Amino acid sequence: MSTPTPILQARGIVKRFGHVVALNGADFDLNPGEITAIIGDNGAGKSTLIKTLSGAIQPDDGEILLDGEHVRFRSPLDARRVGIETVYQDLAVAPSLDIAENIFLGRELQYRGSIGRLFRTLDKRMMRREASRHFSELRIGIPSVGQAVENLSGGQRQGVAVARASAWGRRLVIMDEPTAALGVKETRQVLDLILRVRERGLPVILISHDMPHVFELADRIQIMRLGKRVAVVTPQTHSMSEAVAIMTGATPGELERVLGKDEG
Amino acid sequence: MTTETIPAKRSMWTIVPQLLVRALSAPAVGPLVALILTMAFFSLKTDRFLQAQNLSLVLQQVMVVGVLAIGQTLVILTAGIDLSVGTVMAFGQIVMTKLAVANGVPAIPALLLGILTCVGFGMLNGGLVTIVRLPAFIVTLGTLNIAFALTHIVSNDLTFSPLPSALLFFGRTFTIAGADFTYGVVLMLVLYAIAWYGLSQTAWGRHVYAVGDNREAARLTGINTQRVLFGVYTIAGLTYGIAAMLLVARTELGDPNAGQTTENLDSITAVVLGGTSLFGGRGTVIGTLIGATIVGVFRNGLTLIGVQVIYQYLVTGILVILAVSVDQLAHRRQR
Repeated sequence: MSTPTPILQARGIVKRFGHVVALNGADFDLNPGEITAIIGDNGAGKSTLIKTLSGAIQPDDGEILLDGEHVRFRSPLDARRVGIETVYQDLAVAPSLDIAENIFLGRELQYRGSIGRLFRTLDKRMMRREASRHFSELRIGIPSVGQAVENLSGGQRQGVAVARASAWGRRLVIMDEPTAALGVKETRQVLDLILRVRERGLPVILISHDMPHVFELADRIQIMRLGKRVAVVTPQTHSMSEAVAIMTGATPGELERVLGKDEG
Repeated sequence: MTTETIPAKRSMWTIVPQLLVRALSAPAVGPLVALILTMAFFSLKTDRFLQAQNLSLVLQQVMVVGVLAIGQTLVILTAGIDLSVGTVMAFGQIVMTKLAVANGVPAIPALLLGILTCVGFGMLNGGLVTIVRLPAFIVTLGTLNIAFALTHIVSNDLTFSPLPSALLFFGRTFTIAGADFTYGVVLMLVLYAIAWYGLSQTAWGRHVYAVGDNREAARLTGINTQRVLFGVYTIAGLTYGIAAMLLVARTELGDPNAGQTTENLDSITAVVLGGTSLFGGRGTVIGTLIGATIVGVFRNGLTLIGVQVIYQYLVTGILVILAVSVDQLAHRRQR
């Protein structure tokens, strides 16, 4: 397996919540242009790991490297400033605002002229044009970006969230259970969308409970157990049941064995 | 998809007419129809209703509640509610008139101190809602009582008059086409224009809507939701201070019993009749202006046709419950 320089690396991440050790020296790698999925049983540390990568929580120990450089995120804002965007499962959009306003929420464009700057007037036309450009690039079918989000289906709403993340995510996009709240057909639409985000060259970290989806989309699958990475597999080298066996501890993961040798 | 070319440069002068068109097509059409129906009803009941003199009286009556309702709209858009509007205004009114009449403070500083008192109450509400994270309902129920008590303590239950002429400026009238307008009505319309612009044409306005619509989503997109909320309550306090100034100009005295009962509910009624949702995130100030006018028309019309004041309370109570019920039903369909 060729090993390009990872765009995002996490090394030896430790996070404790009181007496509970959620992450016990976890590692992570994301290669450019790839979808890397994180799987693991409940309590394996997936969501804690993802929250340290998106800046939502701060690790007690360990380091995060972005393009080989040390970074420290004190809040999700810090992560977003360096181009890491997150899509959440619970449809984090403002339903009464229109699609373009949601795409630009918190990053609104104002008129550039002196009068526009003085009165802080929004350049709604520019925002709509930019928004519809993103939507056509991602081939998301929506009638108009001037439409209120509340008139959209759940899948289309998540489409808005994905479009926003890929519009602003210069480095990578984190998708935290993006289809958990959706129906079968809408899930399909969002999965296709994730593939198109990768097509545009943006690497994706995908967290999902759904094994078939993970095996369909991911280039690499990182398996976590007891707060550590125990294996990195690909859909080509491992079957779903093999991955589940590693996940549950029935089969030891490759990295686990190496670690065991070092320690023993 | 679209292949439109990008025009070289757009100036403010091509934008302004477009903004006007959009303002006119705003979702305030329902409230407007309700207003026209209400006016039609009262003009059929009594000839005096549509007389220019009476209509300018309606506007003067709308003036105070109308300005209060701007602040109330902002608060309700963030999914909050402000029950302290009426008593905060009353206290501001007592501060400015007592300072001017009993303490010999010049008119303008007295006015500003009264307005600042109301801003202070807005900041207190905002601070408790954001820093202590208390529900707006409880916070403003508390400040309602604090302002009520302070009004009577500070005034010693006395009224303050005669007032210096500077305090009466916004009660002065000018005449257009046989109808009298006060400068206060003009000020109210200017404030509505500013609020409309801020809410619909600036990023701040989008953030106010987003905070009321989905606070967590707003926070995740990097909006400082606490600052937006604090700002909204503070600006609301400012509008109550301006309303106090207009009330003083209209009644020409500082009255500890003014503005404590009807104004509270009327401001909420105006907002809800204007189509703003109590669940936050939906509504316009143009709707609120129409809603405030509906309330004013009701009070005026009921008085004209000889309905006793106590029955007017009954009608406003029913009116606000009806409007809120419509909002609730619409909300249930949306989600």
